[in-house]
Parts: sequence; structure tokens; C-alpha cells
Amino acid sequence: MARLRDIAQICKSKNAGPFMLTIDVLFEDAAVYRQVKATGVLNAALFARLYNVAEADVLFTPYDTASAFKATLPRLVPAGDFGDTDVYGAQQHAPLLEVEIPINPA
Amino acid sequence: MSTTGYTMLSTSGILGYGFAEESLRIGMSRNPQVIGCDGGSTDPGPHYLGSGTNFCSRLSVKRDLRLMLQAAVAARIPCIIGTSGGAGGEPHLQDTAALVREIAREEGLSFPMALIHAEADRAVLKRRVGQGRVKALAKLPALDEATVDRATRIVGMMGPEPIARALDQGAQVVLAGRSSDPAQWVAPAMRAGLPPAPCWYAGKMLECGAEPTTPKEPDCLLVTVHPDHLVCEPPNPIRRCTPLSVANFALHENASPIHHTEPGGLLDTSAVRFEAVTDRIVRVSGMTWHPADTYTVKLEGVELAGYRAITLCGTRDPGLIAQIDEYLATHRAKVEAKAADFGVPASAWKMAIRTIGRDGVMGAREIVQGAQPHELGFVVEVLAETQEVANAVLAMARTSLLHADFKGRLCKEGNMAFPFSPSDIALGPLYRFSVFHTVAPDDPYEMFPIEHERVG
Repeated sequence: MARLRDIAQICKSKNAGPFMLTIDVLFEDAAVYRQVKATGVLNAALFARLYNVAEADVLFTPYDTASAFKATLPRLVPAGDFGDTDVYGAQQHAPLLEVEIPINPA
Repeated sequence: MSTTGYTMLSTSGILGYGFAEESLRIGMSRNPQVIGCDGGSTDPGPHYLGSGTNFCSRLSVKRDLRLMLQAAVAARIPCIIGTSGGAGGEPHLQDTAALVREIAREEGLSFPMALIHAEADRAVLKRRVGQGRVKALAKLPALDEATVDRATRIVGMMGPEPIARALDQGAQVVLAGRSSDPAQWVAPAMRAGLPPAPCWYAGKMLECGAEPTTPKEPDCLLVTVHPDHLVCEPPNPIRRCTPLSVANFALHENASPIHHTEPGGLLDTSAVRFEAVTDRIVRVSGMTWHPADTYTVKLEGVELAGYRAITLCGTRDPGLIAQIDEYLATHRAKVEAKAADFGVPASAWKMAIRTIGRDGVMGAREIVQGAQPHELGFVVEVLAETQEVANAVLAMARTSLLHADFKGRLCKEGNMAFPFSPSDIALGPLYRFSVFHTVAPDDPYEMFPIEHERVG
């Protein structure tokens, strides 16, 4: 098993417009990316569970050419509205860091 | 098109974020055909579009602009600013134009300048609503006349066409109001005869300056566009473009990594290849452009949602930290009662308390439960219809947080550390995004009038 934070080179979140949050995980080594992808652990259902949204509201896209996964989902509150905690959406990636991937990294 | 390609220099992620002067010098030594910088974004939130102010300071914007204008005039190349003044509305555009004129006076510079306005004409917009030519984005309700009337400000996001026209008409300095981030780069590159796909991709690379580099900080980026590819290179020798750094940036702020909707078409990046030319230069190829059947312009608008006051404080008391949920629940009830005493019912205000150290960053999405840190911070926010009521309720909330009793209380002089006097901050108006739609205009120009002047 490997935690995502130990095998990914980039794990980040940001607004995709004022109403959506987009989360990216990138791997420098395409072989590791392919291993992670093959496990199927990263998918729309995982993001729906981690971010407490309906699976239908998650746009999940593996992006082979960049060895990356992207998930886009609704923000909790529109950016800058009453009660918002993160106007830029830049600190919403942490739940992903601890996700366990059943691979044995080299 | 020559084999040397068309080279563009972006100075930074946002005008006013700063860049190394040496990066500009090295970048200019590569003879770029245009220099520019994106002036804004919706990212800092709805406030700036509503208030008509910039989220960057006048001092920092002037510093960046001065260096850019001097470089552009010396090299006799265009200087293009996208989304001027942070949000690209009329006050933002006029403030930026005033800065340019001021710098030109101070430096003895002279050039033809164009201002491209981007605030939507409400009468035209309402007509478009009636014609069924406005569509909602992000699951917002359909736009109606009342929402258009209520909005404090609405801007349209221009494509490259008005910017290209301003250049065609002789402008050397172009200040665009709200514009699609890549548009200011697509315009000059397509005028040079390059096809849309690599131009749009180049625009996406240049819109944030040196963000597609490592180490990733606000600084300059050079991109050279060729008919079927582009080449990215940071002028600053401490930075490198790597396939990872460029691929990472390709994911930036988009819902999809493979489909990028722009005015006039869609950039498809599903088959893009990132190749290292050297250890600090990357070649990107394989992007395709699919023209849209209908030309659409994105609309952004905000409306006033009330007035806010906030205060910041923290506790170091373990007894209070252990029962903080209960304490905050009784606190709310106490504030309601005391506010009612001075004539403000609970229906007249809203209060949100972010508990820093527990779930202050992720709110309801925090996955760590039951954390018992040694200290907790609080950001208390009150929203009301007037600043007076927001201030009054916030002041009572602050007093109550400081002095309310709780079970087993030892710290009987006060429960909170307030770092500041004054403790309460009147934040002023709260704006919220109310318009996030697309409109189909008759042509790419009708919403974006161009005004020319001679500066200096």
C-alpha cells in the first residue's frame, strides 16, 4: 500500500470559476500513474465520498498525456459568499493525501 | 510563417504581482513580438467586480506597468493588458488607463493606446434574455430581467477579436476590460498568421506568467508559437519548464483537462504531447481547435448581498476547547437574545464562526473529527442589511465570546485573546456572484467598444 502523498508529485485544489472546485493529482513517472490508474481507486465515487457530494456532480477525468487525474465538483459555498472558508479554493486537497493506493512503489 | 515562430513575453501571473527586472531584460533580449500581462481574475472573489477596485495595489501595478511600457516603447512592440484593473469593469479600466498616462508623463513616453470596454449594456442584455440567447453556467438559474437590474456590475468576457481589431487600428498599448485569459495572446499570434490551436494553447501558457515553471512563482515566461506546436521557456535562469511543470499548468482552473471552452470554439488538449527540448525548455504539440457553431461570450456579474463585520480571536484554555461546540451553540443563543434587546431580531442577521485549528479551512468538508489542539482561533462573521446592524451584532458577539461563562471555567477574566484594538472590522458591502452565464451576441465585437487615444 502507498499513500497518495508519498507517490504523487503534485496534489492541489483551486477554483474552476466561482462555483466549482477542481482537484488535480499528477505523477512525474508515467509508469506510476498507470499503476495507480489500474487500481481504479481514484474515481468519481471516491471524490463524492471525500467531498460529500453526489457522484453525478463529480466530473472525473484521467488525463494520460499529463499523467494526471482531475476531479471537478461543486464548491461548498460560492467563492467569497457568506461563510466561505477558502475564496481561492487552494486548500481543499488534504483529504486526498491520505488515500491508500494498493501498489508497491519502487 | 517563418521557422523562427512568433515569440510572446508574459511578465507575470497578474499585473502587480511583480517579476524580476532581470527576467524582463533577458526576455526582451530574445526579441519578442509582443509583451503583456493578465490584469485580473475572478479568483479573488466577487468583491472587486462589485466595488470597482483592484485586488493589487496601485504601487505594485504601477511598478510592473512602468517597466513593461518602457520595454515595449524601446522595442516598438505592442503591450497588451488583459482584464485591466483586476475585474475588467469600467472603473478598473479607467484606473489602469490613468496609471498608464501618469507613467507616460513621468517617463516622457508616447504611444497610441486603445481602451476596450467590457461592461455589458443592460438593455441589450435583457433583449438577449428575451431572445433566448443567454444560457446559465454552473447550474445557476436562467437569467431574468430582475437579476440583470439587481446586479451591481456585469462584464462580458471578450475573445481575441476586439483586441486584434484594436491592434489593426494602430494601437500599440491595448488595455482590455474583462477578457478571456488567453485572448490577449491569441489576438497578436493569429494576426501574425498562426492557426488557432497553438495560439490558444500558447495563451493558456502565458496567462499566468511563469506559473508553468519550477520553482513556480510570479515571474516572466517566453512562448514561441509555430504552426503546429509551441515552445515554453522562462527567461529567468533560476527557473525551468519541465514536462511536469507545463502539464501541471495545463490543468489550471479548468473543469476539464481536455476540453477548454472559449469564445468561438473549443480547445481540445486530449492528445497533447509535452517534450523536453532541454532541461528548461518544453515543446507542446498535438492540440486541436474546433470552432463553435455559435459565438458565445461569458458574463460575470455580482449583486449586493448585505454588509459585513468580522472579528478575530483565539483561546488557549483546554477546558473551553474541550466543550467548544456546546459553547458556540449557547453563544449564538445569547447573541440572539441580546440583539433582540436592542431591537434587532434574529431574522435580520446571519453569523458564521470559523474555528481555526478544527475545521476553519474545510468547514463541513473536514474529514478529521474530534481534534483537540492546544489552541483554537475564531473568525466571527456577521452579515446584515446595513453596516450599522452588522457592527452592532458583531460587537455583541465579540463581547459574549469574551465573557460568557462555561462549565468548569477557570479563566474568569475572559475566554478569548483578541490580537487587535480595534477588535471589530467593518468589511463593508458583501457582493455575491449572481450572473455567470453565456450570451450569444451578433458578433464578437458588439459588446466591446474600442476607444483610441494618443498618450504623451
